[in-house]
Amino acid sequence: MAEYKMTTPLTNEDIEKLRIGDIVYLNGTIYTARDAAHKRLVDLIEEGKELPFDLQGSVIYFVGPTPPKPGEPIGSAGPTTSYRMDSYSPILIKHGQKAMIGKGKRNQAVKDACKEYKAVYFGATGGAGALIAQRIKSAEVIAYPELGPEAIRRLEVEDFPVTVVNDSYGGDLYEEGRKKWARD
Amino acid sequence: MREIAYEDLVKSVKAMVMHTATHLPEDALKAIQKAYDNEESEVAKSVLKQILDNAQLASKEDRPLCQDTGLAVFFVNVGEDVKVVGGSIRDAINEATEAAYKEGYLRASTCDCFDRHNLKDEVGYNLPAMIHFDIVPGDKIEIEYAAKGGGSENVSRARVLAPAQGKEGIKQFVKDVISEAGPNPCPPIIVGVGIGGTFEIAAKSSKHALFREAGTKNPVPELDAFEQEILEELNKLGIGAMGMGGTQTVMAVHIEKNPCHIASLPVSVNVQCHSSRHSHITL
Ligand code: SF4
Repeated sequence: MAEYKMTTPLTNEDIEKLRIGDIVYLNGTIYTARDAAHKRLVDLIEEGKELPFDLQGSVIYFVGPTPPKPGEPIGSAGPTTSYRMDSYSPILIKHGQKAMIGKGKRNQAVKDACKEYKAVYFGATGGAGALIAQRIKSAEVIAYPELGPEAIRRLEVEDFPVTVVNDSYGGDLYEEGRKKWARD
Repeated sequence: MREIAYEDLVKSVKAMVMHTATHLPEDALKAIQKAYDNEESEVAKSVLKQILDNAQLASKEDRPLCQDTGLAVFFVNVGEDVKVVGGSIRDAINEATEAAYKEGYLRASTCDCFDRHNLKDEVGYNLPAMIHFDIVPGDKIEIEYAAKGGGSENVSRARVLAPAQGKEGIKQFVKDVISEAGPNPCPPIIVGVGIGGTFEIAAKSSKHALFREAGTKNPVPELDAFEQEILEELNKLGIGAMGMGGTQTVMAVHIEKNPCHIASLPVSVNVQCHSSRHSHITL
């Protein structure tokens, strides 16, 4: 279990270093998107159109924050359950996305895509929305404002804490961790 | 007949709803602290530390504990000898909920089931509140409240077992539900189990069981023993905090039992994530 500080966009070299259980402190730009935004991104790819941000090396955070209080960049902003993005993530990974941040299990197609195209799935601590928001220095809606909490936001983050759940070697922390600690 | 003014009811409920979004109650804090103290996995321990730090920060700075500020769930016991003047109890609760969610900068999470659009502009901001009423003797109104997030509701299940499956069958069902849920409901969790009644009463009991303070004993010795037995089984699963592997997956099991039909054995499992935001008032 190693600890790394990494700055986005992430490279294949960054990804190759990471193994399940490693803790990573992310710096730089990350993007938020949930199901509705994912669907639109995938539609754009299929239509051959330009995306609202550069996918190469990108990190997408699955989050629907609370409304910000006046003068603050963002409200509480912990991860949402990731399986709702399972049908979209492999397509985005194929087109250059390097990491996802969420909570909960992913399906085999996502894990396969992580292996084939070198990407990782990070877990953030669900229900730690106030703590995580402190690491978000700015937030700006860059697409689909009509989706409200589900709009795509560009976040600037400092030492944003995540744990590697699925690495690019087929590892799965949820399965391995459970195997290690299960009794009987 | 005792009277309570509509405005007073709105005011009290609103204050409770706002406070609950940002302050984890004592029983939940203690249960998480206990999980932290007992956890053997380093990875899980660091997650539990984050959860405790988050609770401290949220209450200090009045920030929502979690971005999923939940649907507003109420169990309301209305005394036979009390009435609210100036409006209905349901309207008061809905008005208070909407005001609290708006003014507290909480997230509106109610939507239409089919087209999924948010109902904040037509029905109201995070409305309707989910309210269960009961009529009881006395001249008080007792209100139990929880902000219930989606992650832990999504893994909750109900089933009608065959009577012959008995307690073993119930235990197996609970174990299957929690095992399948894995990391998704943000463990460490509290597991509410509703047994008996009809299909819907089992489900309602499993939700109501979550309102009991964690760390308190079930007053029925047989159920208390059954709770401990199930708790031990569940913590053998090794799921751990946020599913990252560990010994502390379930902080408590709470059972509510009702008489049932001779032909059936309904059982329902409602899961509560570690962000166990609940409180109650008596007026
Ligand atoms: S399951 Fe609970 S802690 Fe986790 S995101 Fe949902 S409301 Fe928050």
